[in-house]
Amino acid sequence: MSSVIESHHDDHHHGPAKGLMRWLLTTNHKDIGTLYLWFSFAMFLIGGAMAMVIRAELFQPGMQIVEPEFYNQMLTLHGLIMVFGAVMPAFVGLANWLVPMMVGAPDMALPRLNNLSFWLLPFAFGILLSSLFMEGGAPNFGWTFYAPLSTTYAPPSVTFFIFSVHIMGASSIMGSINVIVTIMNMRAPGMDLMKMPLFVWSWLITAYLLIAVMPVLAGAVTMMLMDIHFGTSFFNAAGGGDPVLFQHIFWFFGHPEVYIMILPAFGIVSHIIETFSRKQLFGYSSMVWAMLSIAILSFVVWAHHMFTVGMPLAAELFFMWATMLIAVPTGVKVFNWVATMFKGSITYETPMLFAISFVVLFTIGGFSGLMLSIVPADFQYHDTYFVVAHFHYVLVPGSIFSIMAAVYYWIPKWTGNMYDERMGRLHFWLSFVGVNVTFFPQHWIGLAGMPRRYPDYALQFADWNMVSTAGAFLFGASQILFLFIVLKTVMGGKKATPQVWEGARGLEWSVESPAPYHTFSTPPKVN
Amino acid sequence: MFKKFNNLSKSAFAALLMLSLYPSKVLSDWDALNMREGVTQVSRDVFELHMLIFYICVAIGAVVFSVMFYSLFRYTKKRNPNPSTFHESTKLEVAWTIVPFLILIAMAVPASKTLTEIYDDEEGEINIQVVGYQWKWEYKYLEDDINFFSNLSTDQDEIYNLVPKGENYLLEVDEPLIIPVDTRVRFLITANDVIHSWWVPDFAIKQDAIPGFINTAWTRAEETGIYRGNCTELCGKNHGFMPVVVKVVEKDEYNDWVLTKKEEAIKLAELTEKEWSLAELTQRGEGVYQKNCVACHQMNGEGLPPIFPALAGSDIVMFDKDRNVEILMEGVQGAAMQSFANQLSEVDMAAVITYTRQAWGNAENGDGEYVVPSDIVEYKKPKI
Repeated sequence: MSSVIESHHDDHHHGPAKGLMRWLLTTNHKDIGTLYLWFSFAMFLIGGAMAMVIRAELFQPGMQIVEPEFYNQMLTLHGLIMVFGAVMPAFVGLANWLVPMMVGAPDMALPRLNNLSFWLLPFAFGILLSSLFMEGGAPNFGWTFYAPLSTTYAPPSVTFFIFSVHIMGASSIMGSINVIVTIMNMRAPGMDLMKMPLFVWSWLITAYLLIAVMPVLAGAVTMMLMDIHFGTSFFNAAGGGDPVLFQHIFWFFGHPEVYIMILPAFGIVSHIIETFSRKQLFGYSSMVWAMLSIAILSFVVWAHHMFTVGMPLAAELFFMWATMLIAVPTGVKVFNWVATMFKGSITYETPMLFAISFVVLFTIGGFSGLMLSIVPADFQYHDTYFVVAHFHYVLVPGSIFSIMAAVYYWIPKWTGNMYDERMGRLHFWLSFVGVNVTFFPQHWIGLAGMPRRYPDYALQFADWNMVSTAGAFLFGASQILFLFIVLKTVMGGKKATPQVWEGARGLEWSVESPAPYHTFSTPPKVN
Repeated sequence: MFKKFNNLSKSAFAALLMLSLYPSKVLSDWDALNMREGVTQVSRDVFELHMLIFYICVAIGAVVFSVMFYSLFRYTKKRNPNPSTFHESTKLEVAWTIVPFLILIAMAVPASKTLTEIYDDEEGEINIQVVGYQWKWEYKYLEDDINFFSNLSTDQDEIYNLVPKGENYLLEVDEPLIIPVDTRVRFLITANDVIHSWWVPDFAIKQDAIPGFINTAWTRAEETGIYRGNCTELCGKNHGFMPVVVKVVEKDEYNDWVLTKKEEAIKLAELTEKEWSLAELTQRGEGVYQKNCVACHQMNGEGLPPIFPALAGSDIVMFDKDRNVEILMEGVQGAAMQSFANQLSEVDMAAVITYTRQAWGNAENGDGEYVVPSDIVEYKKPKI
C-alpha cells in the first residue's frame, strides 16, 4: 500500500469560476464529484419518498392509500431510482472525488467526458420521472421489467423509460471509461497496481463490470423498443419469440450490476476499518483477489435469479454451485476485516460505526444470499419478502451505509470542516435501528409466505408489516437529519487538519483540508 | 463530549432491544414465522434443507461475530493503545478459504439430491394443465376433459376496508383446484398473456407460468385439506389478487366430484339450446361481468384508459355487434384484451355481451341489439 507520502503543496491561482456556470461547465473532478453526490442524494430522497408510499400502503391489510396500479408504479420507480439514481451515482461521485487524489493524479483523465457523463443524468431521470404525469402512468412492471409485461402489456410511457435507460447507460459507460483511463495512466510514479488503495482497486474492477454489462442492458431495452414499435417478436411467444430470453439478457446485466453496487463499498469499508483500528489492513492482496474473483464469478451466476423459469436440471445445478462459490471470496473479505480489527486500537467515530454495522449486516445479507442459492429452498423463497429482505440487507446497510460512512469519513477533506460527531452518531443509531426494524421482519413474513410486489396481503402478515412500516418511517426521517448534518458541515464547523484522522493513510490525506481546487499538479512520489 | 453521547448510544440500544421484544408478545406463534413443512415428501425435504442451511449460517455467524465483537470490546484505543502490526498470515488465509469451501460442499450434496427428485417429470396419474391469465388461473384436467377458472372470491368491500375481512382474506377463490390424496399429480404450467408463477407452499411447488412454454411440476399430497398459495411473478395491477387454492380430498370424493363436473357440463350444453329472453341474459351477464371484466373495465364501464378502454359509450359496444363478438372471442392483438373464447361458455359469452350492450345507457344511445347463445355457436362454426 501507499504508505510513505511526500508532502505536497499546490498553488491555487486557478480557482473555480463563479456562479451557476461553474457547475454547468466544470471539468474539475472535485466539482463533478460534488454534483454526483448531491444528485444521488436528491434521488435517494425521491426514491425514499416512494418507499414511504409503499410502506404506508402496506401498514395494514386492505387498500387504503393508493390503487394497485399506482402501487406498481411506485415499486418500479423506487427500484430504478435507487439502483440507477442513488447508489450508482453516489459511488461515481466518490470515485470522482477520491480516485485522482488517491492515485496522485491532477484530475480525471477525460475531464470533458466527465462533465457530460454527469449532465446526462438529470435528463435521464427527468424523463423517467416525467412518465408519472403521462397518460397511462409511469412504468409499472418492476425494476426488472420482464417482458411481455413490459412490452405488449406496458403503458405507453415505456418508450420514455427505454430512452431514459439508454441515457443512464451512456453516462455509466463514459464514467467507467474515465475511471479506467485515469487509474491505468495517471498513477503517481511508484504506485504499482498492488500498491493502489483498495477503493481504487474496487472501482477499477467495477468500471470493467460496467463496461461489460451496460451495453447488454442497452441491447435488452432496444429489443423491447423494436417489439413495441417496429413489429419484431424478440420476447413475444405468439410471434415465435422467447420471454425467457429477456430474463437471461436482463440478468446477464443484472447480476454483475448488483456487484457494481457493492464492490466500491468493499473498498470504502476497508479504508475506514484500517483507519479506525489504527492497524494496517489484513490481507491486502487477498482482498484484491477476492474482489477479482467475485467480479469474474458474477458473469456465470445470472440465472440464479431465474431458478423457477423451468431451466433444465443441469443448468440449475451449475448455477447453484457457481452461486455458492461466491461465498468463498466474500467470506475471505469479511474474515480480513475482522482480522484487521483484531488487536487493533479501535475508536468509534461515525464512519467506523457505519463500517462495523456494514460488516455485520452485509454478512447477514450474505447468509440469506447463500440460503437463496440452494435451488430447492429457493423454490420456496423466490419472489417472497425473504428476497426483499435479502437484497435490502445488502443494499441499504450494505451499499448505502458504506456511502454514508464514506461521506462522514471524507467530508472533512472535502469541506475542511469536521462534522458534528454527536449528531453523526445519532444519525447512525437511528438509521441502524430503522433499517433493522424495517427489513429484519421481512425475512419472517417472506418465509411465512408473503409474495413480493403485493399491494395487499393476507391477515397473518399484518403485525410484522406494521413493524416494518414503522421502521421504514424511522429510517426515512433519519435521513433528513443526515441532510442537515451535511449542510451544517458544508457551512462551517471545527477546522479539519490535513490528516483528519489519527490512523488515516493514503495520498488524499497529504493535501490540505479542504483539498485545494487543483491537487497533485506535479505527481507525488510513492515508495 | 463523547461521554454524554455514549449514554445516548446506550439508550438507542435499549430502544432496539425493546422493539425486538415487543412483537413477541403480539405474535406468540413463532412457527408462523418460518417456512411451512408442507404435506409432501418433497416439501419436507425442502424444509429440512432450509433449516440445515439456516443453522450452518447461524453457526458461522456466531463464530465470526463473536471474534469481531470480542475485538471491538477488547481492543479499543483505551484498552489497547498500541495496535499490533501483523497484516497477513498465509496459513490463516488458506484455512479460511478451504474451510468454507468444504462447508459449501456439505450443503451442495443434499441440495443437489433433493433438486434431482423434484426434477423427476414422469407422467402423473392425473395430469392437470395450469394456465395463468391476468388475473386468474385456469385448470384443465387432461384425462377427464374438465376445465374451469379459479377467481379470487374476496369481496371488493373487504379489500377497500368497507366491511371486516374474513379469515382467508385474499387467499380464497370461487372454485379451487381439486386433487386426490396420495396420488401423483403432474402439473403442466403455462400462461396466456404475461408471465405468472404458480406457488403452493405446502407442496413446495413454485413454477413460472410463461406464455409459449410449458413447465412441469408434480406432487403427491399426503394429507387432505385446503392449501393456499399465490401468484409469485409480477403480472400487472391485480398481481396480488389471484391466489391459488388447492383442495386435497379422499380418492372417492375426488371421483364423485369428477362425475358431478361432467354432469354440469351436460346441463350447460342444454342451457345453450334454451330460448333466452333479454332480461334473463342481462341478469346472467351482469354476474359474468362482475367476475371476469370489472378488474379492467370497472363496475361503471368506464375502464381505465388508455390501457383498459371504456365500454360505456363505446361505438363498438353500441353499434357494432359483430365486432363486439369478435373481440370477446379473439381478444385484441397487441393489447391487454384477451380472448375469452375458452374461458366463457356460449351462454355466458352471449350474456356478458348482451349485458354490456344494455348497461350504462348503451342500449338507449346505441342500436340496442343483443346476442344470444346460438350466435356464439354460429360464430364458432368453421367458416368456409
